[in-house]
Amino acid sequence: MTPRLFYRKATNYVMLTLTGLCALVAVGILFFILGYLLWNGGTSLNLDFFTKLPVPVGESGGGMANALVGTGKLLLIASLVGVPIGFLGGVYLSEYGGSTFSFLVRYMTDLLNGVPSIVIGIFAYTVIILRQHHFSTLAGGIALGIMMIPIAVRSSEEFLRAVPASLREAAVALGASKSRAIVTVVIPAALDAIITGIMLDLARVAGETAPLIFTAFGNQFWSPGWNQPTSSLPVMIYSYAISPYDEWHRQAWSAGFVLLSLVLFVNVFSRLVLARKGHARS
Amino acid sequence: METSEISTNRARSPERARRFSDRLASGDTAANLIVFLAAASIVFITSWIVFELYRNSAASRHEFGWSFLTGSSWDPVNEHYGALPFIYGTIVTSALALLMAIPFGVGAAIFLAELAPPRISNALTFLIELLAAVPSVIYGLLGIFVLVPMLKSAEPAIRATLGFLPFFKGPFYGVSLLAAGFVLAVMIVPFIISISREVLLAVPADQREAALALGATKWESTWDIVVPFAGKGIVGSIFLALARSLGETMAVTMVIGNTPQISMSLFAPGYSIAAVIANEFAEASSEMLRSTLIELGMVLFALTFLINGFARILIITTSKKGNAT
Amino acid sequence: MENPIRVTSVTGTTPGSSALPRGAEAGSKGAGTAELKLRASNLNFFYGKFQALHDINLDIHENRVTAFIGPSGCGKSTFLRTLNRMHEMVRNTRVEGEVELDGQDIFGLEVSQLRRRVGMVFQKSNPFPKSIFDNVAYGLRVNGFAGGKPLHDAVESSLRRAALWEEVKDKLNDSAYSLSGGQQQRLCIARALAVNPEVLLLDEPCSALDPIATAKIEDLIFQLKDSCTLVIVTHNMQQAARVAEYTGFFLLGRLVEFDKTTTIFKNPAQKETEDYVTGRFG
Repeated sequence: MTPRLFYRKATNYVMLTLTGLCALVAVGILFFILGYLLWNGGTSLNLDFFTKLPVPVGESGGGMANALVGTGKLLLIASLVGVPIGFLGGVYLSEYGGSTFSFLVRYMTDLLNGVPSIVIGIFAYTVIILRQHHFSTLAGGIALGIMMIPIAVRSSEEFLRAVPASLREAAVALGASKSRAIVTVVIPAALDAIITGIMLDLARVAGETAPLIFTAFGNQFWSPGWNQPTSSLPVMIYSYAISPYDEWHRQAWSAGFVLLSLVLFVNVFSRLVLARKGHARS
Repeated sequence: METSEISTNRARSPERARRFSDRLASGDTAANLIVFLAAASIVFITSWIVFELYRNSAASRHEFGWSFLTGSSWDPVNEHYGALPFIYGTIVTSALALLMAIPFGVGAAIFLAELAPPRISNALTFLIELLAAVPSVIYGLLGIFVLVPMLKSAEPAIRATLGFLPFFKGPFYGVSLLAAGFVLAVMIVPFIISISREVLLAVPADQREAALALGATKWESTWDIVVPFAGKGIVGSIFLALARSLGETMAVTMVIGNTPQISMSLFAPGYSIAAVIANEFAEASSEMLRSTLIELGMVLFALTFLINGFARILIITTSKKGNAT
Repeated sequence: MENPIRVTSVTGTTPGSSALPRGAEAGSKGAGTAELKLRASNLNFFYGKFQALHDINLDIHENRVTAFIGPSGCGKSTFLRTLNRMHEMVRNTRVEGEVELDGQDIFGLEVSQLRRRVGMVFQKSNPFPKSIFDNVAYGLRVNGFAGGKPLHDAVESSLRRAALWEEVKDKLNDSAYSLSGGQQQRLCIARALAVNPEVLLLDEPCSALDPIATAKIEDLIFQLKDSCTLVIVTHNMQQAARVAEYTGFFLLGRLVEFDKTTTIFKNPAQKETEDYVTGRFG
């Protein structure tokens, strides 16, 4: 073996090993996050966390029941805003697309997807909070709903496009109108995948904090109705984590553990479902 | 030849069918309209966001003009605001994050696309994409309680080896530009990996085979042929990651130290555009401060808009090249 | 063979040339009393700027099986899809000339109404991802058929007509995808038959099937012509010879020859037809 060849082979093995290490470290970070949260959050988690309200500084115990309900309410509003617009927008792009207008829609969807979440928060603030002069669940939910739109559009469009053209043809050849074929054949064929895509979308906004800080704000108590400030899991994690109290830090870890479990569970489940159905990407 | 049953069916069908077809035709129009409105509302909402940012930042724009971008004082008492410390903090932390994330991300992408057997590659990619789903507030939580103490304990070692550089001078409290850069790096690595991997996988097999057939080693064929072929797409993935890190709010807010100053040292605390909005907006009592924060939001929007657009063009042109070959 | 030139579509034939006797009329002299069902006059078809069909003139008779043969890309499928306006599913297509169904211009009919009367079975079986029952019932429901016993009876009779009833009667609620390839194709035929089409277009219905399944479909075609006019596109010349009374030979977007099947195969008027049916090209 000449020195040159030896050098080339050595470079080959060294560099290949290094790239493998990069991948391993990236995956290692995930397990580190999981492990650390499990250890720190899981151990301090108890039933009170799910059933009790936060307690004032100095008292121990208490939970984040109001934040869990708050997150649920925010996600409900977000779905009511984001899912219809996103899903129907996806139907438009997949079934009625091809025009200059659909180019514009696609462009604006991409643009919206790139808008930093804090800017969406500003938007909800100027449009809703400035008018009604108080923080509200509604404003937070709408902000999250707007954040859901781009991903809902894209996944709906992608999964509808994956429905074979032969099914559309078969329906139309039986005398179904275009809209009838879409509603009775195309959408049902893609529905599982679309729902899974929307679950992923929900999991993504469930962890969003920035758009909520000055829309849904926070609340140490139950938030009645839909028009009052509400606490939410991510905002609780944030405000407890930056507080100076050890007891609150412990609560922040528990909340982080719950939030991450929720998000990862939905992600793993959805991605497995999509992979089994043969959709390469989520 | 025809049975009577069929001919009677046919005889009465046109009338019934015409009524029905009218109804269907109008259903088509309605369906068309509904999905069109949904699509149009996306265009409307996005435009509305831009409009609101522009309208509500009017006071600040009139007061400070372009000097807003270059001013460095942040004086709520006299209502004099400049954005430079925030722009500086945003750019420095993002640049730092890229510096750390690029070698790692591209390296891992090369491993996943070129070397790992498909099963292992898919499993690892699955896990790495999960990393991208972790909410940013969780990264912030780990940043405060894990990364900051870790950096603090590594401080003597950093000073000993790199202390001669101007980037590692001054007191170090843990929360700093360095910590923010670190957290951002961890957050954007999954993006770089998963998009770069896809771009690499799209490189036609004949490119690799041609290089290997000429006697190149696996690494040489990858580094000299495949990576340059996918080059623009990889750069695109880096820009997408950059856009994300510029707009990242929570994790940065929790570890950057929230001090509006411009310091050469990465040990120093700083502030980012998104962080100042997150911290100040809810309590912004004066009209002018709110308007200023909204103008900062507009600056952030413009930055991410430009970088996203650029990234998309790069990725689209590479994938076209791959398809054409 | 009489008037071989006239049965051939000649480029440059003007729209006014309908005074010429038609090929099928020439052929029908020996075929008895069958009535005219579909008539294409001076039909030209364009994909964008590319002209896929040149001046097709052709009559299709009621309760007969008409086959189109020719090398791939010759326009036979395009022509078939024009007969129930399925080409409108593809963007940027244009038709000139006329097609009449029972003397009515099909381009003047409401399109879903036309497709109910002129059904279609596709090259690859394309059952909907629904149950066997719902597949067959689809066209009926689309056309305003309410549920209940009449619907069930209609589904049963369609499945019987498609010779599938005995095989599926115990599993009507199973997914259509649980059937074998040949059964799926017969299911698609049953689905098309359920709406009582006057004409059934079959676009290479056996190309994806094994010989046994193919034989079953051919038997079926034979039985169906009592109640229906059948038009079949096939790349298999033996199949055309087995099932069709009339055969048209397409080449490069032109109808080279159209006549009784026996004439086409035993005594073709055109050199190209002879070359093709004797296997000298194609």
